[in-house]
Amino acid sequence: MERPTSRITTLRALAQRFSFLLLVFASIALMIIDKVEPTPMEALRARMHDAFTPILDAISRPAATAARFLESVADIADIYRENQELRRDNARLMQWKQAALRLEAENNSLRTLLQFQPEPGMAFVTGRVIAAPGGSFVRAFVVTAGRRHGVAKGQAAIAGPGMVGRVVEVGEWSSRILLLTDINTRIPVVLQRSRQRAVLAGDNSEQPQLLYLPADAPIAVGDRVVTSGHGGMFPPGLPIGIVAEVGERAIKVQPMVDLSRVEHIQIVDFGLPETLLMSDLGGAPVR
Amino acid sequence: MNMTLWQKLDQTGRNLAPCVVTVMLVLAGMVPFYLPDYDRIAPSLALMAVYYWAIHRPDLLRPSAAFAIGLLQDLISGVPLGLNALILVMTHWIVVTQRSFFLASSFLLLWWGFALIALAVAVVQWVACVAVYWAILPAAPVLFQALLTIALFPWFAWLFIRVHRAFLVPG
Repeated sequence: MERPTSRITTLRALAQRFSFLLLVFASIALMIIDKVEPTPMEALRARMHDAFTPILDAISRPAATAARFLESVADIADIYRENQELRRDNARLMQWKQAALRLEAENNSLRTLLQFQPEPGMAFVTGRVIAAPGGSFVRAFVVTAGRRHGVAKGQAAIAGPGMVGRVVEVGEWSSRILLLTDINTRIPVVLQRSRQRAVLAGDNSEQPQLLYLPADAPIAVGDRVVTSGHGGMFPPGLPIGIVAEVGERAIKVQPMVDLSRVEHIQIVDFGLPETLLMSDLGGAPVR
Repeated sequence: MNMTLWQKLDQTGRNLAPCVVTVMLVLAGMVPFYLPDYDRIAPSLALMAVYYWAIHRPDLLRPSAAFAIGLLQDLISGVPLGLNALILVMTHWIVVTQRSFFLASSFLLLWWGFALIALAVAVVQWVACVAVYWAILPAAPVLFQALLTIALFPWFAWLFIRVHRAFLVPG
């Protein structure tokens, strides 16, 4: 006859194996639910990074300070050369400024002639990047700006010279930015020189691709890519990147911003009226 | 042996050490370091922690805890929900079933075992992500992430041993 203790051990082993299987199935089920119905999970995710923002904020500060210190040491070495370059740049930019002022005046006078409706004004919210959490599968940042600062889903995020991504989840005081390079990114763009429209699509590599370009479209390495403003999600003309490679299989775009060194992000409130967004997107409100 | 309330509280606090260390490493692994390409290949610190504690104290880091920690990582990082939960639960299970071997072996063998698990994890993660996104993802960063995780394991193992001795060994 079997002893009761050994029966208990077998039972316990069975229960353990069963709980293991249960957890594995739960993980897989969650993946499927998240894929099929992502909306309820978004609120949960936003809650989660809200809850951990204080901790992430605290532990990301020393890393930022260390990086800044290392960078400043490296900068001192070539301060003379950089100074020379900056003087040259400054002289050139002064000329550009004159040109821009002249063009602005001309534009203004032409607009008064045409009774042109100006674009709605833009407002900015600035947040600090406190986490780059996705590893090799998701390209995203968590930043310290949320609903109470006026951030809403779908807004564009820019840093320095250009766009870095868009807001995908908004918490109370934090939000998540999906970067241009992420595999789920699709942004309507236009080539600045030829005014050719295309869609910028990330593929988790360093350089996103341009999709839906006609085969005979004039395109060359070095062309600037900017947001087209179609769909009303982003203001038109935000710089995105420069065409880096025109290949047989893909046209690659190098983002304007070095995404591995972004410390602060500005979120652009384009200020489009909600009704316009709703009618544009087939009734689905974006905010 | 009867314990006073304070002794019980003290013991509970100590028993939480494996979970607390693992959660702290999940958060520390998300800090941006401003190094070129670092974010893409940031090592999976939680994997190291689950591997170590599943060998030494599986009673203090149960599969359900590994699942919850993985879920936390998924929720904050925005990867498909359940991805890290699956990885950590499977790691826990593999380690626990081979526990007698791991406990008896030297550190080099432990490291070798970890290398095998980290590479297997990379493959599972990549396949799961391809299935969810239904697109081919670049495999190189995943592989480099696994290699970096393997290379950094001894340093973190040292940290775990220190925590283990400080909180969980009586005397």
